Amino acid sequence: MSTVLIIEQILNGLQFGVMLFLMAAGLTLIFGVMGLINLAHGSLYMVGAFAAAAVAASTGSFLLALAASLAAAAIVGAVVELVVIRRLYDRDHLDQVLATFALILIFSESTRWLFGSFPLFLDVPKALSGTVTLPGGIAYSSYRLMIILVGVAVAIGLFLLISKTRIGMRIRAGENDREMIGALGVDISKLYTLVFALGAALAGLSGALVGAIQSVQVGMGEPVLILAFVVIVIGGIGSIKGALVGALLVGLTDTLGRVMLPLFFANFMEQSSATSVGSSLASMSIYILMAAVLIFKPTGLFGRA
Amino acid sequence: MISERFLNYTVALLILGMALGAWVMDEPFLITLTTKAVILALAGVGLNLALGQGGLISLGHAAFFGLGGYAMGVLASHAQNFTPIMETPFLIEGTNSMPIIWLVAIVVSSFFAFVIGLFSLRTSGVYFIMVTLAFGQMLYYFSISWPAYGGEDGLSIYVRNSFPGLNTLDPIQFFGICFVVLMVVIYGVNRLTHSSFGLALNGARQNAQRIRTVGLNPFKIQLIAFTISGAITGLAGALFADLNRFISPTMFSWQTSGEIMVFIILGGVARLYGPVVGAALFILLEHWLGGLSEFWHIYLGVILLSVVLFARGGLIGALSKKENADA
Repeated sequence: MSTVLIIEQILNGLQFGVMLFLMAAGLTLIFGVMGLINLAHGSLYMVGAFAAAAVAASTGSFLLALAASLAAAAIVGAVVELVVIRRLYDRDHLDQVLATFALILIFSESTRWLFGSFPLFLDVPKALSGTVTLPGGIAYSSYRLMIILVGVAVAIGLFLLISKTRIGMRIRAGENDREMIGALGVDISKLYTLVFALGAALAGLSGALVGAIQSVQVGMGEPVLILAFVVIVIGGIGSIKGALVGALLVGLTDTLGRVMLPLFFANFMEQSSATSVGSSLASMSIYILMAAVLIFKPTGLFGRA
Repeated sequence: MISERFLNYTVALLILGMALGAWVMDEPFLITLTTKAVILALAGVGLNLALGQGGLISLGHAAFFGLGGYAMGVLASHAQNFTPIMETPFLIEGTNSMPIIWLVAIVVSSFFAFVIGLFSLRTSGVYFIMVTLAFGQMLYYFSISWPAYGGEDGLSIYVRNSFPGLNTLDPIQFFGICFVVLMVVIYGVNRLTHSSFGLALNGARQNAQRIRTVGLNPFKIQLIAFTISGAITGLAGALFADLNRFISPTMFSWQTSGEIMVFIILGGVARLYGPVVGAALFILLEHWLGGLSEFWHIYLGVILLSVVLFARGGLIGALSKKENADA
């Protein structure tokens, strides 16, 4: 296997990891600040992708589409928080799981009703449809490279937001002691809505960016949601740093596993069974990674004990 | 106010009456629909042991449901094709005898429940939900990528498996088998809940620290409960596969886990007959709303949301006017 292919796959893994980070960051923030497990986060991912596809189809502008995905997911997120989610903060996790499961049903079927069952397509913008030549002569898709850069930019932005701004200070305070910051006069319900909308916007952006590589369809959000859960379990709930490390680990393990494992088994098996054993094992690799982390650190790599 | 016990008997008799009525009126489809409700109720009874009694919110019970289904599929497909499952080191052949299939389904799903429990129970709360969900998804992807038994397309079994002395292809006889299994399991679960083990399990949910101070190990208790719970759901999976004579990765999907949980909520958490009422209600809604609109999941979502937000205790709770189940 050539070095070029390996580097290309590593970049693909990074791109996948960065996307997972956008999802996991929102989930982990929402859990950290409000103590809420949100299964409907995948629906917000889907909302972002559909909004982007619809706007791109009518205006032809990819930038407008991205803006639409952010806005649509943030608005839907804020509305859902105001109408449903805020009733769930002082409920137990079972009620939260069921209520957000109900939200998934409502979102998925409403989207199917509005847009139909057929997948929509969101085109990669012309300027980014080619490849770039990286140092060392490796040609790589410029759109995927852009996704990595956007992800890195968001990660930096999020770190700055949380560590340097007043809102970030309140978010951190909320993670430490919810009741105390309410007592100190911070409008906690406004803060909650804001955090939820922020998480939703990140999910929506992620959906729109991935929508251009894959197809935009109902139910696209849940597989990603479950991967984001794996990321959070690995990284530790409530930790943005953990979400970043976990996302990159999962992205790389999954992508490299799919390429390497069949090749690895081909060394001592016939081709067809090597492919099936390798790909079955690759599909389980990230869960095995998760189980391994749980053995050594049940609260995740960066979780608080 | 109606007592919960009276309500339970009524529900069991209603289901039996529904099937017998359909049999008298020669409506095989209705019998099959009732059978489906009974089997799904059994899956719910399994989860309810872990979730209601043990407080273990597992979003991965589809794993056991699917394993039960695939146990049936693998055994029956080998019997159907007259090919052995394994020749070395010793010969294992397929079978189409229901009792043997049930046994295999129970053994396989309880083994996996034990292993998954071993990892998941190291965590608690929201981690536990995510980890069980993830393990369920792992088996889902495995079933898709494993080509030997149909992969993504699933696998059809042409003839329903046999039960000694009965004709399982007759809908009412198959219903009878499933109904008896459900009643036996409910009886067993009820005995278990009221045994010292059940009390310890309830205690571990309410306050693990206290259970530890009286010298019991909550981890061990919860692991046993989770294993039994997985075994029951696995048995339901085997019956479900026999009902449809078809298995597919959908049995493993996270939606299946969610639906099993929905049965419990619609009926009432930790109530003996909660999953039975919930599954029956779910089948009714599916049939009735599904006839009204192609997008019936929207209504189901709204109903579920309202139950969670406003009607805690589910339908049994609303009828018996008691928010909390008798432990």
